[in-house]
Amino acid sequence: MEFKTFVFYFLAMTLIYAAARVVTLRNPVHAALHLVLAFFSASGVWMLLEAEFLAVALVFVYVGSVAVLFLFVVMMFDVGADHLREGFRKNLPVAALVASLMLIEMGCTLWLRFSTSAERALPHAGAGYSNVKVVGRLLFTQYAYPFELASVVLLTGVVAAVALTLRGRRAGRSANPSEQTLVNPRDRIRVVEMRLDRPGAENDLKGGE
Amino acid sequence: MRVIDDVLAFVLGGIGERVFGTMWPSVFIALATLVKIACIVAPLMLSMAYLTLLERKIIGWMQARLGPNRVGPFGLAQPLADGLKLLFKEIVIPSGADKWVFLAAPVFAIAPALAAWALVPFDDGLVLADVNAGLLTLMAITSIGVYGVILAGWSSNSRYAFLGGMRSAAQLISYEVAMGLALVVVVMVSNSLNLGDIVRSQGKGLFADAGFSVFSWNWLPLFPVFIVYLVSIVAETNRAPFDMAEGESEIIGFHLEYSGLAFALFYMAEYASMILCSTLAALLFLGGWLSPFGFVPDGFHWLFVKVFVILTGFLWIRATFPRYRYDQVMRLGWKVFIPITLLWTLVVGAWMMSPLSVWK
Repeated sequence: MEFKTFVFYFLAMTLIYAAARVVTLRNPVHAALHLVLAFFSASGVWMLLEAEFLAVALVFVYVGSVAVLFLFVVMMFDVGADHLREGFRKNLPVAALVASLMLIEMGCTLWLRFSTSAERALPHAGAGYSNVKVVGRLLFTQYAYPFELASVVLLTGVVAAVALTLRGRRAGRSANPSEQTLVNPRDRIRVVEMRLDRPGAENDLKGGE
Repeated sequence: MRVIDDVLAFVLGGIGERVFGTMWPSVFIALATLVKIACIVAPLMLSMAYLTLLERKIIGWMQARLGPNRVGPFGLAQPLADGLKLLFKEIVIPSGADKWVFLAAPVFAIAPALAAWALVPFDDGLVLADVNAGLLTLMAITSIGVYGVILAGWSSNSRYAFLGGMRSAAQLISYEVAMGLALVVVVMVSNSLNLGDIVRSQGKGLFADAGFSVFSWNWLPLFPVFIVYLVSIVAETNRAPFDMAEGESEIIGFHLEYSGLAFALFYMAEYASMILCSTLAALLFLGGWLSPFGFVPDGFHWLFVKVFVILTGFLWIRATFPRYRYDQVMRLGWKVFIPITLLWTLVVGAWMMSPLSVWK
């Protein structure tokens, strides 16, 4: 057995274990952490397939930002474990249908596309081969329009999120930092010079000039 | 790094082949990598410790004080004394805390700050892992650091720590965007994601040919981005004036419930990422190991000097500026830095395509 095979089985087992824990754990924060572990393992599997760019991008995007936002939401909601199980039986038939459909689709894809010698059929690249350059070139030539379309979809999402949460200009006073920085100290305070050693200085202190 | 390989092969070669037989080459690679990692991490730990001393000394001098001077000559043993003190303190786990997550959070904080050093080139070719997409990998590794913050806040079972964790995590994510966009500009002009290539590309150009390499480095043509990057790394490492995580006088941060060595790990993570971010700034904008003038040879000492200058800048900033208010921190990140970097991406893109391009 090659060392690579050992690494693959280790990563695959971790991935399956973590993915199973995501749906079976009672504590939602722990479940989100197992999701992070699943992302890591998946990235490791991609690394074994010599797709370094995708592997790094998976960690960067999903572990670095998406899972963090999941954690944010899950921590803020503080959902109880009992509440999570609610309606499990009622939704089971639909869920089972969807899951089996997905399984069949996955099975078809894997069955038809990959034979038993799938790994041998993959082209192996030399040491000087740069994954990033090839992905970049493809994105900006062959897949330029889908790429742009994807970015437009994302932009729509951003604008929608802003529009949904914006509730108009807030009434009341709020500080405007750019106006604040324009303030001159002389507008706010006045430095009064006075000598305290002369007679009658106490009167100055009381507010006279 | 080659030297380590040769020495190890010379010392262990005979014994290793007898013990491991045909497995020896793979065992040797693992062993040599471990030794190299130790060679990087040990000096790093030492510099982290002495950076704390340097900070207290420099801020002391700036405030006309002496700084620590009791332990050892000139207070040189102070970091060791601090470390020892924290080592013997009890790690109190709050009641109701999620114990495992509570103890794992400091590890999440410091591990990425150390792991990222595998990708940092110290000299031409002197790097542990020469990865093609080095810069992207580095960003991916450092982006994991936010878990330390958010998990520490959540697992402490304390409202203060939780709010502090949320605050710091939001700050880290926001400034990561500005930082990432600044790096996009650097990658554009360097035409590579490999850190070594990025440094080497700065050694070429009009001024470098004339013997003034210092004006060919990225800081001059990318000046606004350089400034954005410098300020972003201060915010990214939770340092003053963006030290909302600490804020001991008004708001309290995510590591409120931590004590002893667990707190020390957060502290070390902060200093480790300070050194890491400064090294990155030196590599990406200040020519890394390149010497500023043509007649002086390049070398590791140049990188050291540049990192030292940037780190001193960190401390200077801390001694000078009052703390930002949180909404102003977010405003600076989202409304000032991101537009600046976006605009400069367009400008540099147009500049590169124009006949005036200096990166041909």
